[in-house]
Amino acid sequence: MYRQASGEWDLRRYSSEGKRGYVPIDGFGHPPELPMALRRDAMPEIPELSEIDVVRHYISLSQMNFGVDNGFYPLGSCTMKYNPKICELLAMNYSASSHHPLDPQWSVKGNIEIMGRLSELLAVISGMDYVTLQPAAGAQGEFLGAKMISAYHKDRGEARDEMIVPDTAHGTNPASAAMAGYRIVEVPSGVDGQIDTEALEACISDRTAGLMLTNPNTLGIFEAKIGEISELVHGAGGLLYYDGANLNALLGRVRPGDMGFDIVHFNLHKTFSTPHGGGGPGAGAIGVKSYLKGYLPSPMVASEGESYVFRHDLSPKIQKIRAYHGNFAIILRAYAYLVSLGYGIRDVSELSVLNANYLLHRLKEHFDVPFLASTPLRKHEFVISCERIRKDTGVTALDFARRLLDFGHHAPTVYFPLIVKEALMIEPTETESRSTLDSFVDAMIKVKEECYRDPDLVKNAPYSTSRRKIDVVKAVREPKLSWMMEGKG
Amino acid sequence: MDFFPTKSQKRSMYDVVGVEDLFSDVPGRFICEKDLLGPPMSEIETRRHVEGILSKNVDVTSYKGGGAYDHYVPAHVQQIAARNEFYTSYTPYQPEISQGMLQALYEYQSLMSSIIEMPIVNASMYDWSTALGEAALMCNRANGGTEFIIPEFTSPERKAVLRSYSENVGITILEATHNPETGQIDVDGLSDIMTRQCGGVYIENPSYLGFFEESVDEISRLAHDNGSLFVVGVDPLSCGIVKGPGSYGADIVIGEASHLGNPINFGGPLLGLMAVNDDRKLVRTMPGRLIGLTEDLDGRPSYVMTLQTREQHIRREKATSNICTNESLCALSCAAYISSLGKRGFVDLAKALFSNASYAYDKIGALEGYKAPVHDSVHFREFAVRHPKSLDRVEHLLNEHAITGGIPVDGRTSIYCITDKHTKAGIDALVDVLGGL
Repeated sequence: MYRQASGEWDLRRYSSEGKRGYVPIDGFGHPPELPMALRRDAMPEIPELSEIDVVRHYISLSQMNFGVDNGFYPLGSCTMKYNPKICELLAMNYSASSHHPLDPQWSVKGNIEIMGRLSELLAVISGMDYVTLQPAAGAQGEFLGAKMISAYHKDRGEARDEMIVPDTAHGTNPASAAMAGYRIVEVPSGVDGQIDTEALEACISDRTAGLMLTNPNTLGIFEAKIGEISELVHGAGGLLYYDGANLNALLGRVRPGDMGFDIVHFNLHKTFSTPHGGGGPGAGAIGVKSYLKGYLPSPMVASEGESYVFRHDLSPKIQKIRAYHGNFAIILRAYAYLVSLGYGIRDVSELSVLNANYLLHRLKEHFDVPFLASTPLRKHEFVISCERIRKDTGVTALDFARRLLDFGHHAPTVYFPLIVKEALMIEPTETESRSTLDSFVDAMIKVKEECYRDPDLVKNAPYSTSRRKIDVVKAVREPKLSWMMEGKG
Repeated sequence: MDFFPTKSQKRSMYDVVGVEDLFSDVPGRFICEKDLLGPPMSEIETRRHVEGILSKNVDVTSYKGGGAYDHYVPAHVQQIAARNEFYTSYTPYQPEISQGMLQALYEYQSLMSSIIEMPIVNASMYDWSTALGEAALMCNRANGGTEFIIPEFTSPERKAVLRSYSENVGITILEATHNPETGQIDVDGLSDIMTRQCGGVYIENPSYLGFFEESVDEISRLAHDNGSLFVVGVDPLSCGIVKGPGSYGADIVIGEASHLGNPINFGGPLLGLMAVNDDRKLVRTMPGRLIGLTEDLDGRPSYVMTLQTREQHIRREKATSNICTNESLCALSCAAYISSLGKRGFVDLAKALFSNASYAYDKIGALEGYKAPVHDSVHFREFAVRHPKSLDRVEHLLNEHAITGGIPVDGRTSIYCITDKHTKAGIDALVDVLGGL
């Protein structure tokens, strides 16, 4: 049985005056007096600790955390694959990581070349013409994409204020489009778990700016009518946006550009295996067809003979989406990952899809899998419904997910996509072996049995993690968001 | 090279699935048969290849700052952030198994909160520039104001990003002028452009040009009397020697914190700071993850992501922001770094930069034909220098000595930045070269 460390640690506990865990440099100038109005009355409340205090504290905390390197992490739509260590090592390269983003180009030729080469590889993989690596994350790529769509229509003198988003879309899609000023029109899925093209047709009008689509969608189902969808959207003057969160399923085999998408975003931290960092940093990237080149932010990377340069002179319609060039440390890892795989990227998609379908096949006799009758195959992930279990036993999908933690597996994504009741969204990724998948299947079946035999056992789970079930309602009712707020009511 | 389980298991798994073509659901015309990339590389080949490209970089001593600061990262901080349990995890959606990351982020929020004197800090934005964009959106959501005032001297990077965030939702950006001698914001001028439509007034302290704004109390009062929110951008390290913006009435504080514990990484990832006052309405309009302290079933202190109804995965198009993936690991490094410095070390580091910048501008300013600092105000660690010749010539000369100067402001002026990597000998060498112009 899995057992996680379970201490109670407080940075402040070992604090005593004069301790230092790191000694900063000395000053050697003669600074002026500070203006009276700005002088600080009291020093910030920072504990004083030795280096070993700090190291032990964070090692203790790390033992109360769970990553891909600890075990199976089938968090749907997040592509929690193994992060090869060579990529980590290369990202520590001192020369790459210690340059200021505005240092002269001759001093950062290597960094620019990495960016240029990765952009080219991503363009090839996606079937697009140009790529920018500037977005800090997938959602920022979506925001940039939505802005590009807006600027494109504006340049053509068209007032299109609606963005169509399927009901299975990631929450970031409507949120990003709304930030770009769009009204969101939600298109429902049909009985086959794919976009209902008749409903889509009804949504489309001369106000339609575009459609944001994830393919395969968040049910793990390939939108097979994509050709027709593309014609519908383009026929009405709209653009087609590809949410690349699920690109892992298609890597090296199916290209968004060939399916008619005008704009594509990539999540480098998903598809290209850079670590997720406990929530970030990740990196987005945007690929476009040639007619949208003028909307890519500055600077663009261009090849010039044998080398690559930043072009600051293209005066794009959207100048910048974040400061500087992008999350370079992530870009570097993704580049190393891609060149090491080479044409082996086809194995990524095959094995991620094989693993998902293997899991699905082993679980489907025990769990309800919506849309299975009409669409038997999944891509890299699939969604099961715990609705029947909830009705029979009162155990919810979240309870179920928490109980899985006791078996040393991270939980799947819960309650998403929204169209499936009591959803568990499972994405195994290509880096898991059959034996790991089998142990997950065993755990799933065991937990289901427990739901019927002893539902309270499941409802009160987990037991083996660093904390028992956590009171999230209290956290909202009595918000304590910092040490400063702890003392208050 | 591959990172997959044994392929011998593949066959047996296909047999279980009972399907030979896993892509039969994709219309044939969309299947790409050809190999898109070249041959795989072994680990050692990958390493040689990537290191070969990176070897084209040339080390330079850089005096550029402007929101990205190249500070030293202590070895133990780097190793803490390299703990697999942290860096291979994701957003702590399942808090019971993710207490380590959650607590580290809560500590980041707490340490930063104490430094900038604001009770509520979120668990990170992408960078300062996007935090500025989000702050403008927040002001609009909080009070409906359609105008947002910024200092005319703001980083061009931040200005461009602010425009990107604000232009599609009908927010107009206005610029406040400054006193040409001191660089200080012209408070009367600011008052003149402030209308009833003003949702927020933004200042930076220290300013983009490196000096402390001294009229903060006045600007704060002006903004509040107008019903606008007061937004302050900071390098939090400066708060080792000056008041945190919370103490002079800031409603929203933003800034950049990556240099506290993280390599500069060629400008990314960075660590965007975002904080608000303990005002329920403001908190509900805030973007990003917030970590809160609560209890588990056994009553033990536990941490969770909280107030999530603001966020995109719950609220979709009505969310306060689209942000999902953020810069959590950078925030963790930041917490480890700040707690290593301790209160005295943090203050000492701020004092040292304050001191060393004065050493640099005193020496540069003493050179024939130079003016440094350009503005007659008290500078923290950045300062503008007016050179006797064009920046092109200055930069050319500095480059010959493997130095790159400040960030250009105009043809002869640039902003130099001092970090903890700059030594006395290094600054002396810079001054020698500049003296030979």
